Amino acid sequence: MALTGVSLIAFLVVHVGINACIWAGDGGDMFNKASHFMGSTVVIRILEVGLFAGIILHIVQGLVLEVQNRSRRQTAYAVSLGNRGSKWYRRSMGLLGTLLLLFLVMHLSHFWVPSRFSTLETITIDGKEYPNQYADIIRVFHDPLVVVLYLLGCASLLYHLLHGFQSAFRTLGVGNNRYLALIKITGFWFSIIVSIGFAMMPISVYLEWIS
Amino acid sequence: MIKSGIPSGPLEQKWNDYKGHVKLVNPANKRKLEIIIVGTGLAGASAAASLAELGYQVKAFCFQDSPRRAHSIAAQGGINAAKNYQNDGDSVFRLFYDTIKGGDYRAREANVHRLAEVSASIIDQCVAQGVPFAREYGGLLSNRSFGGTQVQRTFYAAGQTGQQLLIGAYQALERQVALGNVKMYARHEMLEVVLIDGKARGIIVRNLITGALERHFGHAVLLCTGGYGNVFYLSTNAMGCNVTAAWKAHKKGAYFGNPCFTQIHPTCIPVSGDYQSKLTLMSESLRNDGRIWVPKEKNDSRKATDIPEEERDYYLERRYPAFGNLVPRDVASRAAKERCDAGYGVGTSKQAVYLDYADAINRYGKIECGKHGNENPSKEEVIRLGKEVVKEKYGNLFDMYEKITGENPYEVPMRIYPAVHYTMGGLWVDYELMTSIKGLYCLGEANFSDHGANRLGASALMQGLADGYFVIPYTIGNYLADEIRTKEIPTDHPAFVEAEKNVSDRILQLKNINGKQTVESFHKRLGKIMWDKCGMARNAQGLGEAITEIQQLKKEFWSDVKIPGEINEMNPELDKANRVADFIELGELMCIDALNRNESCGGHFREEMQTEDGEAKRDDANYSFVAAWEYKGDHNWELHKEDLIFEVAKPTQRSYK
Amino acid sequence: MEHYSMNLTLKVWRQKNKDSKGDFETYKVENISSEMSFLEMMDVLNDRLIREGKEPIAFDHDCREGICGTCSMYINGRPHGPWHANTTCQLHMRAYKDGDTIVVEPWRAKAFPVVKDLIVDRSAFDRIIQAGGYISVNTGNAVDANSLPIEKEKADESFAAAACIGCGACVAACKNSSAMLFVSAKVSHLALLPQGAPERKTRVLNMIAQMDKEGFGACTNTQACESVCPKEISMTNIAKLNSEYIISGLTSR
Repeated sequence: MALTGVSLIAFLVVHVGINACIWAGDGGDMFNKASHFMGSTVVIRILEVGLFAGIILHIVQGLVLEVQNRSRRQTAYAVSLGNRGSKWYRRSMGLLGTLLLLFLVMHLSHFWVPSRFSTLETITIDGKEYPNQYADIIRVFHDPLVVVLYLLGCASLLYHLLHGFQSAFRTLGVGNNRYLALIKITGFWFSIIVSIGFAMMPISVYLEWIS
Repeated sequence: MIKSGIPSGPLEQKWNDYKGHVKLVNPANKRKLEIIIVGTGLAGASAAASLAELGYQVKAFCFQDSPRRAHSIAAQGGINAAKNYQNDGDSVFRLFYDTIKGGDYRAREANVHRLAEVSASIIDQCVAQGVPFAREYGGLLSNRSFGGTQVQRTFYAAGQTGQQLLIGAYQALERQVALGNVKMYARHEMLEVVLIDGKARGIIVRNLITGALERHFGHAVLLCTGGYGNVFYLSTNAMGCNVTAAWKAHKKGAYFGNPCFTQIHPTCIPVSGDYQSKLTLMSESLRNDGRIWVPKEKNDSRKATDIPEEERDYYLERRYPAFGNLVPRDVASRAAKERCDAGYGVGTSKQAVYLDYADAINRYGKIECGKHGNENPSKEEVIRLGKEVVKEKYGNLFDMYEKITGENPYEVPMRIYPAVHYTMGGLWVDYELMTSIKGLYCLGEANFSDHGANRLGASALMQGLADGYFVIPYTIGNYLADEIRTKEIPTDHPAFVEAEKNVSDRILQLKNINGKQTVESFHKRLGKIMWDKCGMARNAQGLGEAITEIQQLKKEFWSDVKIPGEINEMNPELDKANRVADFIELGELMCIDALNRNESCGGHFREEMQTEDGEAKRDDANYSFVAAWEYKGDHNWELHKEDLIFEVAKPTQRSYK
Repeated sequence: MEHYSMNLTLKVWRQKNKDSKGDFETYKVENISSEMSFLEMMDVLNDRLIREGKEPIAFDHDCREGICGTCSMYINGRPHGPWHANTTCQLHMRAYKDGDTIVVEPWRAKAFPVVKDLIVDRSAFDRIIQAGGYISVNTGNAVDANSLPIEKEKADESFAAAACIGCGACVAACKNSSAMLFVSAKVSHLALLPQGAPERKTRVLNMIAQMDKEGFGACTNTQACESVCPKEISMTNIAKLNSEYIISGLTSR
């Protein structure tokens, strides 16, 4: 769980980095180049298989963990401890994960499927043809419903990360108080920056901060 | 005259000589010998682990849900050992001498010397097990001083020494369970000893979950069942502590030694109402800095802070100007009782005195201001700094007090009152820790052996572990060496059948009384009789009355007690009824013993026997003996005396002046 | 502190034995003093039940001073009641006011089956200790206690972990019924000391295996255990345990 979690965290860094290219102010050239690189390089394609395997493994592990852990208490309490013992999102990783999975299905069908199966129109940058991923983004994020769903997805990601980041490192055995403090603070800012970074994309497009 | 089996030779050689000549059991034979151990506190767990390590087949029983819960766990202060790590003049002899003197010359010299000899090995063993004792910055063990001694020989783990030592012994025990050498029976209570041809051969236990009675055979039986302080109902003992196992053995022929020797600790949180179920000890160390007082007016109902200085009676400082608030435990306890009985007590119950830290806070505050170079500190500044010092030294105790009483002891004086917390008396045992029944041993607080009439602080843990780790593994071989030809006796033997029938008959009888009064109400009434008439101060008249009242109470109990629930199920009320029935009988014997001992010594204070200024007056000419009582039937006991011979530590009158 | 008396409504879990189906029963208790302990309030109720010819409520308790770890009530949704760093036996009635309703349940976990009413079977903890929660040293084998200096900081840290009273509140509070705080406290206690080094690897592997076998859940670091622990055992111990476990798993043969 923790290992797959940490590798997915690493992927998020790449993903948010490439997303940031839309704000380069060059009409999406840089972004299109970057996404083409991600889509056409052999090494990346291999990594992509790994990524999907990681996601699936993470989901299966999470599912098994949730089912097993739920079976460890056969009679529920009449009054539950709730937020007096732990923050709600620390106890709701299964729910947040499920929301993220639903989001992911939508997200993949929006962007990954068209780009992989070459249904995108093309654009010529510096004399070379690239699939115009950027245009696709502009199109998709003009639908307000999609923007709202994406923002919900980002919120789920935020809370999933707020717990998941430090929990992963605890499970991997970071038991030194100094390192733990570092991980707590890093985890907090990482979750906020990454989630806001993702959320800014649909917002920017919808509010036409970029075109 | 009864034989204590003390080896001959010079005192300091006895134990070594004994070990050198005692019979041994070879390893192949040990595997065939079964030992039953009842109780899993420090004595029981350490004995079970050590004997199992030697190769014996051990069965261990406890009434708690886990062996780790035995009441040894609640001991706070520490454990003594003659290590002399502090280079302050400690030695085996000094620990021996302090213990004999602290016990007011009513303990057996040879036993106490052996205890002092093995004390150092206990610390080694516990450290090897991983007991996290307090340490200095250099990494070596830390020591502190304790009452009744002039050296620093007490090893400790914060205020949880008993817990850490018990967990060590418990882990050693669980290791043997895992290795298959110990079979552990938790939630099982011993209700009878089985004797065959005059030897202890097994026990009858009640499975506290199913209510079923079980028979267990053993070549020897060890009782490590703790003290009987709960005979007073209110004590610092755990709710489950009881005398039942020891009492069953007593009724089968084991002598009971010095039953009236009870230790009453002066600094406990007082009773707050009739519903009170138990009392909590506050460490003795609080008397180092606190001042004890009551109002000069009777029935003064003002708040403590509203009573001006000149209307306070610092009675310990008044009566004992030399020792002041640091007089020994028994003296401090009796003085508090005297004030409260005279009508000067404080709090809702009027059974409490104040332990005041205002002076200490002020004093420490001024010292701190001086350290900081603050020449003219404000009153608030002094108090603030003073509180910080007090918090550092006694913070955890103050927190505990606040949790229980809801009062902030930094602002208002604490209310304290003496409470029962240890019993020096117990089953009489010889040098080998064998009771007067062959093959039946008794270890730890349950036996009478090492503390005489008064126990020194930090010595209970030492004795429990000494008996279990380092004494019984040697002495039991001397008996079992002759038992190697005894085959396992099947539990359908008539003696087992009869013993079980006695137990089930008694349970049935109790259940069928179907009276009106609860077990608890009888226990409370017994406790009140004992506390009023056989407590801190005793006199012939009161003891006489107590005996009659207890006999009456016993009749009433057996005709009017009400026990709900069924026999063949978990039934805590039934368990309690069994225990209280035994406490009632023990109470009578305690009063008889106290009445018989016409002297004051240690925790036993007979009001008729005191010096002009109210000190205990011992009578060595007539009472330098262990009173070992033999049960002879209902309300009937025969006294056997074991003379105490002091070859090395010559008795002198204790003086605090 | 002003004392007051109160009337309360108690909803208590009653269950005849491990096989029967339990349910809540409601009791009214009157004139409860704010000076009483919670268990003394239960004593008062039980006394009344016995007098009325009913069966008293069975609950575990012994030392009543917060150290034996026997008491185990889940009070109004929190193990050991509302106070921080506290056991049920140390809880006093001034935590409540007149008219309050208090729901009392047993620890609930598959690995802690109910024995009767509020009493559960925690022998799983003993079996976890049997799996390796000790240092193998027979009586008489020890060297002089001071021949092995131990860094004070480590000794103190070890003590802080060893302060666990084995009450099971961590399991009761955890949404996964995980026993990781209990197991990690023992592993930390022994792993921090040089005496514990020889068995360090096998200890953690065996204890975890036993923990899983007993039916405790897996830790998801929700931190509920730490927040209810009467002895304030730190969750950092769990991370330490994980590190011990991973290293032992990777390096053991």
